[in-house]
Amino acid sequence: MLFNETSPLETRVLSRRFGMPNSASLATYLATEGYQAFLKAAKMTPEQIIEEVKVSNLRGRGGAGFPTGMKWSFVPRTSPKPKYIVVNADESEPGTCKDRVLIENDPHQLIEGVLIAGLAVDAHAGYIYVRGEYRYLIEVLDQAIAEAYAKGWLGKNIQGTGFDFELYTHSGAGAYECGEESALLESLEGKRGVPRIRPPFPAVVGAFQCPTVLNNVETFCAVPAILRDGGAAFAALGVPKAGGTKMTCLTGHVNKPGVYELKLGFPVKQMIEEVGGGIRNGKKLKAFVPGGSSCPVLTAAELEGATMDYDSIASRKSMLGSGGVIIMDEDTCMVKAALRIMRFYAHESCGWCIPCREGTTWLRKILMRFHAGQGVKSDINLIGDISKNMLGRTFCPLGDAAAMPTLSIVEKFRQEFEDHLNGKPCPWEHANETVGV
Amino acid sequence: MWCSGRHMTFSPQLEARFEKLLTSYPPGRQRSAMIPMLIYAQDEVGHITDELVDEVARRVGVTPLQVNEVLSYYSMLHRKPLGKYHVQVCTNISCLLRDGDKLYEHACKKLGIGHKEVTDDGQISLEEVECIGACSWAPAIQVNYDFHHQVTPGKLDEILDTLRKKP
Repeated sequence: MLFNETSPLETRVLSRRFGMPNSASLATYLATEGYQAFLKAAKMTPEQIIEEVKVSNLRGRGGAGFPTGMKWSFVPRTSPKPKYIVVNADESEPGTCKDRVLIENDPHQLIEGVLIAGLAVDAHAGYIYVRGEYRYLIEVLDQAIAEAYAKGWLGKNIQGTGFDFELYTHSGAGAYECGEESALLESLEGKRGVPRIRPPFPAVVGAFQCPTVLNNVETFCAVPAILRDGGAAFAALGVPKAGGTKMTCLTGHVNKPGVYELKLGFPVKQMIEEVGGGIRNGKKLKAFVPGGSSCPVLTAAELEGATMDYDSIASRKSMLGSGGVIIMDEDTCMVKAALRIMRFYAHESCGWCIPCREGTTWLRKILMRFHAGQGVKSDINLIGDISKNMLGRTFCPLGDAAAMPTLSIVEKFRQEFEDHLNGKPCPWEHANETVGV
Repeated sequence: MWCSGRHMTFSPQLEARFEKLLTSYPPGRQRSAMIPMLIYAQDEVGHITDELVDEVARRVGVTPLQVNEVLSYYSMLHRKPLGKYHVQVCTNISCLLRDGDKLYEHACKKLGIGHKEVTDDGQISLEEVECIGACSWAPAIQVNYDFHHQVTPGKLDEILDTLRKKP
């Protein structure tokens, strides 16, 4: 099973079954309070379920951080159309590998979260959209779903509650953009993953033109604990405006990279030093990305007093994002980091809207020649100008996701760009590397 | 009739999966099954052939052009044959920080092929890929669908040597 050594500083709510023998089996799940939250929810009204989720202060764990209870309340429950639950398991944000461990170690927790969402909005079918690369997780989920059907936890009249629910897995085929909710819905309908214009939001017009609750894996996985122990208990784990824990992926130059479940509001410094075991080889921290490559980078000085929650990170003009923490030490070439991030966005831009399609490609080309020592001074401002012209001007957040880290790197590490000027090779490496498209 | 007329058949397991997929979506929404069908069929056929495009189009009730239009968007759907073992090296940011780029270069040298190329014997193909969701266990590679974590050049050599000898 895939998970790192746990840290004593973790608060294990969603990951409570990790490491148990056969943690993915229905038997283990049922023996450890599994599906109790569903049975409890089945006796509640939909309004009561949504209220409990609102009280928990659960915010969307995919990156945007939108309050989950509010999102659910937007679904027009009285609509004559069928309603759907869609799970976003397209985890593709660089730095993020948490949904993978949640599904691998405890698939029934996800299924139970989906069932409770179904009760809350009167939905009777759900789809788990899994990125194509995670094929083995589709097998894990299919097995868990089959087990749940066999033992009456899915299908008709679940455990005599009168509630019916059908659940399916759906494979993607390699596209970062399909993690964006409206592009995911297009892809689910057998089309190219290009985003839809909003409004209407998926809560009203989502999958198959019907009202849809679409949340990240981790968001659904938090729901059973909320119903079981009460929304207030979950809220109390976090900070005033954001309840619970966050699955946090420590990546990059730390001694103990891994996925750790930390309370929202966990101090950043303590996370790096004590959970992550400090920076590798005793080096100093140069740059910190709080939640996936689309977040603006923060410097060591900016992290003074920072905690891992939406507001603390937002006050430093970055985002908590997906929980994919990327740690870069003092020997990291920030031009190279910016280039690699931009190569990714240029590759993944769906091409639907021009500021993103052209902007990412121009930026990739500029950064490429910069890192090869062929940049000119005016390029430094040009990088900033192009990024600013993309911000807020694209159809979906991918354009912003590409512009934000780039802008932050060029503003905070301008000197490193100057160090690459006039044919000087990269100060951190002499490799005259070729960069693929 | 826009299709070639010749119908493809697949293994019983794949046929069963197709059957399930075609009933997984609301009535009239069979098109939803297209992408999963293509990727599962690719695993069996090796790559997306013209014949396969026609077959999937026929089964989900769209034109082959519509299938082509969709599949060209997805980076895991391949119109050209890959090696029997498709080695995908991630060089995205978290892997890069742990020398994923050097690992990719090492693989290129060792195999004598580059991005999306196949060895002469058709055994191994190589691809530099974007984030595969193994960031905390970087650098990572995938061989077909199998993950290998914290891969060193030495470990990569072992993996490639094993693949070369595999049937």
